[in-house]
Amino acid sequence: MSLAALFFEFFKIGLFTIGGGLATLPLLQDAAMTHGWFTLEQFFQMVAVSQSTPGPIGINMATYVGFETVGLIGGIVATAGLVCPSVIIILLVAKFFFHFNEKPLVRSAFLGLRPAVTGLIATAAFNVLLVAVFPWYLYKESGLLSELFDPARLGIFVVILTSYLYFKKHPALYIVAGAILGVIFL
Amino acid sequence: MNKQKKPRLSELFFLFFKMGGITFGGGYAMLPILQRELAETRKWVSEEELLDFYAIGQSTPGIIAVNTATFVGYRTAGIPGALAATAGMVTPSLIIITFIAAFLKTFSENIYVQKALRGVNISVAVLLLTSVYKFGVKSILDKTGMIICLLSFSLIIFAGWSPIPIVLLSITAGIVMHFIRKGMKG
Repeated sequence: MSLAALFFEFFKIGLFTIGGGLATLPLLQDAAMTHGWFTLEQFFQMVAVSQSTPGPIGINMATYVGFETVGLIGGIVATAGLVCPSVIIILLVAKFFFHFNEKPLVRSAFLGLRPAVTGLIATAAFNVLLVAVFPWYLYKESGLLSELFDPARLGIFVVILTSYLYFKKHPALYIVAGAILGVIFL
Repeated sequence: MNKQKKPRLSELFFLFFKMGGITFGGGYAMLPILQRELAETRKWVSEEELLDFYAIGQSTPGIIAVNTATFVGYRTAGIPGALAATAGMVTPSLIIITFIAAFLKTFSENIYVQKALRGVNISVAVLLLTSVYKFGVKSILDKTGMIICLLSFSLIIFAGWSPIPIVLLSITAGIVMHFIRKGMKG
């Protein structure tokens, strides 16, 4: 695998992904299989690591795949390839956006868009809630209501929520607190 | 828009470095931190603008987290800002993933890692819920806004729509509202 080929493979993936990290996975799997980079099992291990470490999952995957195929430089090159289309496209869009965003018609368009995006973020919150606080996937497997309403998860949720609303400290603090409480109680 | 100071490039880099290093789950999980750091503490962008960037990042190719970083970086410090923010965003991934790929492949199978992640996800749920509330206050200005928000949420959760048609339709709704208001004024 040459560095240039690695770069362009990830450039392509960045260009054809819409909707964020998880959407890169099928494209990546496809590329990995065609090039014979690694086995399916290795691929799933990479996905597991990318999901359980901080940072965007797409970037984590690119770094991992690049590192495994070419080594240290490969990780950097693959990540650069993945990021390039984003940077180019967003810079073009941003130029256009800041040129037109004061026009009344464009302002109105965004008045319609913003509540829709709030709804979109609400779906993300809802999905995380269904995995983390009310683990729907466990309930579906076992049919046990005690798994859907797990006192430990609910307790952590209430503690984090009330302390966040009350103390209003930096969000990062609550992420660390969640990790610690998780190790102790979950 | 309020007058902002231009941030130094190193400040942008380290802000997004921090964000890349503490957000689990990518694009949407970093919103609460973006909101806090950029809109509330530094006032570089308004919450409305963040929603706009996010909407654009969600419907253009590429990783959402990178798209948002590029957009915010460009808004606050031009093209060098876009590059600094994006570089900051991906650097923690490069470091952490390279380390794990080299030394700790079974990282995500570790029971304590799994427990910690369950806890982290509960915190992410809390942070996202409060973000939805804060964005809701800024973006839902009337009954129409409420309807758009609820429709966007339900079409994704219950009808399995993708975000892109939602973004396009809500922009159209905003434009239609613009002409209705204009028509009413005479």
